Order: sequence, then C-alpha cells, then structure tokens
Amino acid sequence: MKNNKNYSYMDSVHRDGRIWNIAVMIVLLLFPLVVGFIFSAAPDWLGLGLGLAYTAPMYWAVGIVEVITFIPMLGAGGSYLSFVTGNISNLKLPCAINALENAKLDVKSEEGEIISTVAIAVSSIVTTVIIALGVLLIAPLDPILSNPVLAPAFDQMLPALFGALGVALISKNWKLAIAPVALMLVLFIFVPALDSSSVGIMVPVGVVFTIAVSRFLYKKGLI
Amino acid sequence: MEFSKNAPILFVLVGIVIAVVLAQSVYFLVKSLRRAKAIGMDKALLRKTIVTAAIFTVAPAVSIVITVIALSQSLGIALPWLRLSVVGSLSYEAIAAANAANGMGTTLASFVESMTATQYVTVTWVMTISIMVGIWLVPVIAKKYQKGLVSFENKDKKWSDILQNSLFIGMISAFVGFVFCDVGRLWSSEDGWFAVVEKDAATGIEETVYYASTSGLVPVLVMASSALLMCLCGVLIKKLKWRWVNDYALPICMIAGMALAIPFTAWLGGTL
Repeated sequence: MKNNKNYSYMDSVHRDGRIWNIAVMIVLLLFPLVVGFIFSAAPDWLGLGLGLAYTAPMYWAVGIVEVITFIPMLGAGGSYLSFVTGNISNLKLPCAINALENAKLDVKSEEGEIISTVAIAVSSIVTTVIIALGVLLIAPLDPILSNPVLAPAFDQMLPALFGALGVALISKNWKLAIAPVALMLVLFIFVPALDSSSVGIMVPVGVVFTIAVSRFLYKKGLI
Repeated sequence: MEFSKNAPILFVLVGIVIAVVLAQSVYFLVKSLRRAKAIGMDKALLRKTIVTAAIFTVAPAVSIVITVIALSQSLGIALPWLRLSVVGSLSYEAIAAANAANGMGTTLASFVESMTATQYVTVTWVMTISIMVGIWLVPVIAKKYQKGLVSFENKDKKWSDILQNSLFIGMISAFVGFVFCDVGRLWSSEDGWFAVVEKDAATGIEETVYYASTSGLVPVLVMASSALLMCLCGVLIKKLKWRWVNDYALPICMIAGMALAIPFTAWLGGTL
C-alpha cells in the first residue's frame, strides 16, 4: 500500500515537473521574441549562428553530463527546480545535501525526496527574492557590494562552502574519498590548464572516478 | 519604440518570466509540504529545513547580486537579472555574451558605450539557447532514469548506497582540487609575482594582473579554516549537546570562512 502511494506521488512530481519545465522553457524563449517584436529588431543571423557555434556545443555537452550526474543527488522535484533556477553545484546541491545530512535521510526515500525538494525550493525562492531586491536597490547597494574590502570574502565563497561541507561528508566516507581527492589535487596543482573555470567539467570526472574506485573497493570487500 | 538596454519594458518582461519561475518554486514547496503532512513527517524537521535552507542561501545569493552588478555595465540591468535568476552563472553568461558579440564582429566591451536592439536580441538568443539543455532534458529522462536507479537499488542495496555516497564524494573532490588550483604560483612565479591574463567579466577586455606568489594559498587557508570550524561545531554538538548548532553549522562556517578571506588576502594575496 505504501509503495503504491509512494509511486503515485513520484509520478505526480514527474508530471508536474514536466509541465512546469516546458512552460518555463516556452516563457524563456518568448522573451527574446517579444523584445525583438517590441523594438522591431530581428537577430543578427550570422552573429547568432556564430555565437551559438562558439557557445552551445560545449555548454550542451556539459549540461547533458550535469543532468546525468546531478539527478541522483537532487531527487526528482529538486532536479526539475534546480535545472530551471541554476547555480546547482555552488548553491542548490550543497543546500540539499546539508538538509539531508541534518535530517539523516537518503534522497532515494520519499521523506528524503521531500526534504531535498523543500530545501531547494526555499533556496530558489530566497535567491530570486534577494536578486530582485538587489536589482531594486542597485544604486545604494553597488558601492557596498563592490567595495574592494569585501571582494575577497565573495571571491572565496566556494572554498569556504566546500571546506565545511567537505569535512562533514569526507569524514563519513573517508575510504571512498582518499583516491579521488588525491587525483583532483594532483590534477589541479600540476596541470596548468586546469584553472578555476574548469571545476564544472571536473565534477563529472571526479564522480566517474569515485564510482570506479568505490566499485573496486566494494568488490574487494574493503568497504 | 526607441531601444535602451535599461528600458522599463525590459524590466516588466523580465519580471513576468521571473514570476513564472518563482511560481514553480512555490508550487513545489507547497506540494512537497502537503505530501510531508499526508505521510506524517515531523513538522519541526520541516521547519528546520526551511529556516536552514533560507539562511544558507543568503551569502551565495548576495554574491549573485554582485554578478548582476558586474554584468550590468555591458548588458544593462534587466538581462543579467533574468539570466542569473534562471539557470545562469557569471562565467557562462559572460562567455555566451562575449561569443555572441564576437559573432557580430564586435566586443562585449563595446556594449558598455552603446548597444542596438539587434545586438541585444542576438545576445539574448545565444544566452538562452546555449544553456537550455537542462530545462528540457530533465523532463525527458528524469522519470526513466530514477526508475532505473530504484530497480538498481532493489538488486543491491549496499552498492546503491555506496554509489550515492560516491556521487557526493566525487563532486566534493573536484571542488577540493579546485581550491588548490593556484598553489602552483608558489614555484612558477618570477620575483615573487605571478602574471595572469584576466578577462573582465563585464566587458571581456583582457589585462595582465600580477599576483603575489602566495596568493594561491588564500583559498586553501579559507577552506582549512572553514573545515576546522565545522569540526569545532561537531565537538560542540557531541560534547556540550548543543544540538541547535547542527542546523546552522554550514552557513555559520561558510560565512566565517568568507570573513577570514579578508585578512588572509591582505596577508598573502596582494596584487601589483
């Protein structure tokens, strides 16, 4: 009985998620169309073609890998929301992980799915409201937020976030973490081509390598 | 209508799109809370999840506002507001806008002075289409993918749990490595300074910046401080039974780490 209820709730999450994401996609595509109509401006077709040729292949490839990597971590509702509102690895996913850790729940359970969705929905709402307030108050906020004294704090947000989150997760799974952390340290320190902009591409690499190492350790009975 | 990248109508249109996105978040929040009530989940746990998620989000959201301000120089305020409320990030938006500008035979920097409606529409199309993959791919594959994961879990529960942890650890390991990406400046610098050609995110203009050879240690120290503070929170929870610390440990440690970045940068991260 419980399984049937669980199944139907998850089905409804997927049904609603599909409707919402397709609706958002249509609204997003309408924006440049309507702007063009209002200002009587067609796109520069050559510029559009070249701009897409330079940009789309890489970001579509990264996007596909991100979808495959993040869905199992975010849960269903969290995935539909996160891939619309963005900032996944630096905000939505850490937020969901923290909520699941605090609640001691697995995202694969129905309770975990709910907690992950609640955390990501709240995070999305708060982010949207703060950005809207920032836009509304951009004149008085600009000198404060652009102050060079504060700049290092915002520049170092990711190290501050992943220090706290990393120690909590790695301490619970240290056997799994040794090899991937060592690999990533070697790669990022000694391969000059890997800079701060490479982290998005290296997340799937880290995930695939960790799964391979975990499988090996599991088969050997070491974890 | 005469075009301006800060025309009021653009704010109205962006406001409508963002309202739809906000409605989706509210819808899923209400839906999941209703389901939580139906299956008898602990109300206090849900309340804590909401409060913690809200507090945790403030600092990253403020950093996104800074990004909007940076991009507003070249693209106006409305477009960065839209792009960073839906899917985007500074690095992606700046690259997409610069590529669209280059495709039109101009540069992002030229938009600081003036931008035509055609240029604005072209940039917007490139930004929108190039980042859209997640929005349509999740509806296409999520249900089948999750069913596959569930049937996989039923076959081998222990391996399924390890696999889940491996996903998290894989992501964390990439970010741990990223924190060390500039440590090599220590042995690659000349006369204590390391030259980096940087592209201004707002204008796309390149300039050479000279960083102190020790500047790569700043993120390492910030991460170590934040991790140590997290350990201290763990001690407070276990030894003093301050269980409330558990709910706020991540945002507290993150903000403390960010605050410590200011003196660390002053000490080690100078620029010429």
